[in-house]
Amino acid sequence: MNASVSLHNRINTVVRDIPRSGIRDFFDIVTTMKDVISLGIGEPDFDTPWHVREATVFALERGATHYSSNLGYIELRRALSKYVAKHFGAEYNPDNEVLVTVGVSEALDIALRALINPGEEVLYHEPCYVSYRATILFAGGKPLAVETKAENGFRLTRQMLEAKWTPNTKLLMLNFPNNPTGAIMDRRDLEDIAAFAREKDLIVITDEIYAELTYDNPHTSIVSLPGMKERTVFLHGFSKAWAMTGYRLGYACGPAELIEAMMKVHQYTMLCASSLAQKAAIEALTRPEIDVGEMVAEYRRRRNYIATAFADMGLECHRPLGAFYAFPSIAKFGLKSKDFALKLLHDEKVAAVPGTAFGECGEGFLRCAYATSFDNIKEAMARLKRFTGKL
Amino acid sequence: MDELLKILATNALETHANIARMLNVPAAEVDARIAAYEKQGVIRGYQAVLNEDQLDLDKVTAVIEVKVTPQREGGFNTIADRISRYPEVSSAYLMSGGYDLLLFIEGKNLRQVAAFVSEKLAPLDGVISTSTHFMLKTYKRLGVQMHQESSDERLSVAP
Repeated sequence: MNASVSLHNRINTVVRDIPRSGIRDFFDIVTTMKDVISLGIGEPDFDTPWHVREATVFALERGATHYSSNLGYIELRRALSKYVAKHFGAEYNPDNEVLVTVGVSEALDIALRALINPGEEVLYHEPCYVSYRATILFAGGKPLAVETKAENGFRLTRQMLEAKWTPNTKLLMLNFPNNPTGAIMDRRDLEDIAAFAREKDLIVITDEIYAELTYDNPHTSIVSLPGMKERTVFLHGFSKAWAMTGYRLGYACGPAELIEAMMKVHQYTMLCASSLAQKAAIEALTRPEIDVGEMVAEYRRRRNYIATAFADMGLECHRPLGAFYAFPSIAKFGLKSKDFALKLLHDEKVAAVPGTAFGECGEGFLRCAYATSFDNIKEAMARLKRFTGKL
Repeated sequence: MDELLKILATNALETHANIARMLNVPAAEVDARIAAYEKQGVIRGYQAVLNEDQLDLDKVTAVIEVKVTPQREGGFNTIADRISRYPEVSSAYLMSGGYDLLLFIEGKNLRQVAAFVSEKLAPLDGVISTSTHFMLKTYKRLGVQMHQESSDERLSVAP
């Protein structure tokens, strides 16, 4: 009779024991409220460039509504190969070293599934994107979280990795520029990490979805460092720099053997990425980065504003160098992140995501996305100042 | 283009203090740079972007293509300067292609614009021919959509 209880017991234990994303819970609360200014949105507020949208309509008219090859249209893979060579310093063969996926999320999932044997360990850094830990567990791996610290600009160091590494560690996952901290790694930081990966013979999965969005220093990819391309799966996509989140389009570049293994998982579970989205992506890549440059300049102005505003109200925040997130410390107010975020939402109608949504070590922090209009940012900062003044 | 000018071109009412924060420079520097641009004549004024279609004005706007004879020494400038001094002319450009000057003319009604063209513009020495078009509706002006509210389709919180 009691069907729900028996179903509960039948759910896969890994899935059952993973909590829902903290973002999801927070979203449910925010949607019940009116006139909220949201600093909680992890996607660009810019429209998808018009030429890309127009190309999508044209592709639809032309009938690009069928399957593409499993790897993705060769025309797109060629364009991706060129783009990655130009901006990230690694050459990939479009025939067998590039795979088009349904967002970076799928790419990450199939990379982990293609590589992990049950119980093998994966090093990753927290605070991090909400899916990392769950995806590792789904793939049967054992997550080893490495805590990055505000005083260190949330950068990852070799010492941090050494402290967690065991002989059973197979993979290292990286995400810089980072969601939620806005941290980046410069070339020297990455050289240490690369040396460690080579020494311990780790495969690296690097999620560089925010690569175009750096504000003070140019982005460096770990694949461009000596001896790294052959042990790295490079992930990127169109969501952030081209504001194409809803297209769900990403890609993976890597050694042919790894891409072949990922392709098998992709082939049997996804078949191919959306053909229309792929056509749009071809347009985005072949009409160069004018739109992206303008976007970066606008984000930089907002970043500057928000960083100064935090400083003015005495909120400690390491300088965000990439992505579109600031991650100020709210520890001094003596509230838990979640309570702070809820009170802020309740008292001032400003939504910002509690740091704990990105790992336990996000306690004491708040993720403020500046992917929203300047008017909204100004108003949100004024409200936050009033709010913190009363605490 | 200087980022400061880009910000002002988007919103001329932005306070200097906010611009200073955005550009990460002292407020006094923003004051000084704007003053310099004003003095140099790079910044010629500050105007609101109006959606005149909403105002029910007694007003018509015409776009006039004008062919002229360039003049000795002055070239196109002499005649263009003479034409653009008329208060009816809100904008005037020298163009490449099938005609020389493109004018935006504002008047109370069609007749008033017609009178301007036939009595003032066409008889000018150096004007060869004119071709007048009346504007019916403004969809976008100065980069701003006039009949479309901006909408945010995004979820209010996203990872």
